Amino acid sequence: MGVVLLLGLVDPMSEKTIDLRFNLPRHSFDLYVDISIPSTGVTAIFGQSGCGKTTFLRCVAGLEKDAVGSLNIAGQQWQSDTVNLPTHKRSIGYVFQESALFSHLSVKANLEFGVKRAGTNRNSDYSQRFDQIASMLHISHLLERDPLSLSGGEKQRVAIARALLLNPDILLMDEPLSSLDEARKQEVLPYLEELKSTFATPILYVSHSPNEIARLADHMVVLENGKVVADGPLVETLSRIDFPVQLGEDAGVVLEAAVLEINAEWHLAKVQFAGGELWVRDGGFPVGAQVRVRILARDVSLANSHHIDSSIVNILHGKVEVIENDAHPAMALIKVRVQESALIARITRRSANYLDLKIGDAIWVQVKSAALIR
Amino acid sequence: MFLSDSDLAAIVLTIKLATVVTVLLILIGTPIAWWLARTKSWLKGPVGALVALPLVLPPTVLGFYLLIAMGPNGPVGSLTQSLGLGLLPFTFAGLVIASLFYSLPFVVQPIQNAFESIGDQPLEVAATLGAGPWDRFFSVVVPLAKPGFIAAAILGFAHTVGEFGVVLMIGGNIPDETRVVSVQIYDHVEALQYTQAHWLSGAMVLFSFLVLLIVYSVNGRRSAFRFGGSDV
Repeated sequence: MGVVLLLGLVDPMSEKTIDLRFNLPRHSFDLYVDISIPSTGVTAIFGQSGCGKTTFLRCVAGLEKDAVGSLNIAGQQWQSDTVNLPTHKRSIGYVFQESALFSHLSVKANLEFGVKRAGTNRNSDYSQRFDQIASMLHISHLLERDPLSLSGGEKQRVAIARALLLNPDILLMDEPLSSLDEARKQEVLPYLEELKSTFATPILYVSHSPNEIARLADHMVVLENGKVVADGPLVETLSRIDFPVQLGEDAGVVLEAAVLEINAEWHLAKVQFAGGELWVRDGGFPVGAQVRVRILARDVSLANSHHIDSSIVNILHGKVEVIENDAHPAMALIKVRVQESALIARITRRSANYLDLKIGDAIWVQVKSAALIR
Repeated sequence: MFLSDSDLAAIVLTIKLATVVTVLLILIGTPIAWWLARTKSWLKGPVGALVALPLVLPPTVLGFYLLIAMGPNGPVGSLTQSLGLGLLPFTFAGLVIASLFYSLPFVVQPIQNAFESIGDQPLEVAATLGAGPWDRFFSVVVPLAKPGFIAAAILGFAHTVGEFGVVLMIGGNIPDETRVVSVQIYDHVEALQYTQAHWLSGAMVLFSFLVLLIVYSVNGRRSAFRFGGSDV
């Protein structure tokens, strides 16, 4: 827990949790999930297409009628052996893959559809909340429009606002960016980051994009064929290489870090993480900002000695912790412990053999590229 | 005026019949259409076929069976007699009941198509926004299916106006009770009153054309009821 405490976060074990257990037989797999997740922050549900992550989210929403299990959230039992609240009685906000705005209603009427039914539009602080959400998601100028006239990114922002306005106990997001092209994704992602930092509502975020998860998630659940294969804090879970998360080219770690200094001449930022310091491209964050650094396994190489005559600036010293074969038979994944942190290197098995890597060996870690993602 | 009093009486009666039948059919046809659109039961096929039967049956066949059923010895006739309602054939009420069967598919099918093209998602979205089942139906399904309801009402009305065989079998030819426009035209022709037949027939042609024009322009403007694509 040292890493987490160092960065000023609360020990997740002491927090309240949301307990979820679901069982649902499907054609291609049996969904079986039994997890506890933190009651704050973003929990990513990660997995390949067809692994059951959307089905799982639908179970939480009560949209899967045949699902059995239990769900305890914010001290309320939504589902158990004796209770099964229908969807419209659960305090959820659901953002679908495609915006799913009602085409017969204006943007404003779409936004008000839920709050009218919850009666919360009569609360004194409602208009303030409405204005806050509308301006945060930058949709105030769209209110009188017909949803059909909106762009994909605008539609999804309205859908997110509609869910958020309900002030739900939990926000369920089913690949909210997957229907958008790359440019629109980059347009909506910052809104999600701001949403996360502004509201305390826990978010279940279904995604198969390691990039989105690295940017947004605090906690990560990995599903495969309807079963949980990994579940834990994001930083730890991403650095595990002992389970078959098929991240492919996206395999890598995320490090929580803080900006130490900015070098204006070279447009670089020096960040400190629980394992040392790194020079990364300046992302416009001020000194002292809490950031995330993503280091892909393919950008990390290993050396037995400290080379100072290469182009690589970021060289760290660590110990080999785990050696695993990668999906391709030529490649190996090496997890290296660098003080409190872990990095993953993808190298060829021939190189691993040449370096004579063994668990516990001291090794130099060369980071060719690291991305400041927040 | 080129229309006689009895012509006008027939027109009024026809409009009254078609209005009553259309209103009742929307009320009866909507739950049937909903069930047909949503069910996964094996009964969907048989029930769907039964509803569509009047599309292919000669109206006289339908009228014949209804006449038997509603007659003094038929099951419906026995029931209405025991309830003190008398017999239904050759009454306005009997004509309404026969027309309900006759025009049922013209109302159920457009509504069913509209329901089917809406799909599950709008309902699920509404549920996640706190709408209960009835609320979902009236605040989401009905507005989205509006073009289907309009088409159903127009087709049900027009088809009831145009019926003849069933009326002859079950309604006969009683002024102000069962003598509708189509029967009146038949009477004019039988009596060789071609001018009167022309006026009434011409009015029917114009009416039918206008009805279809409205249906097609409603459906055309809201192409395929505009539920396609990513929006609901």
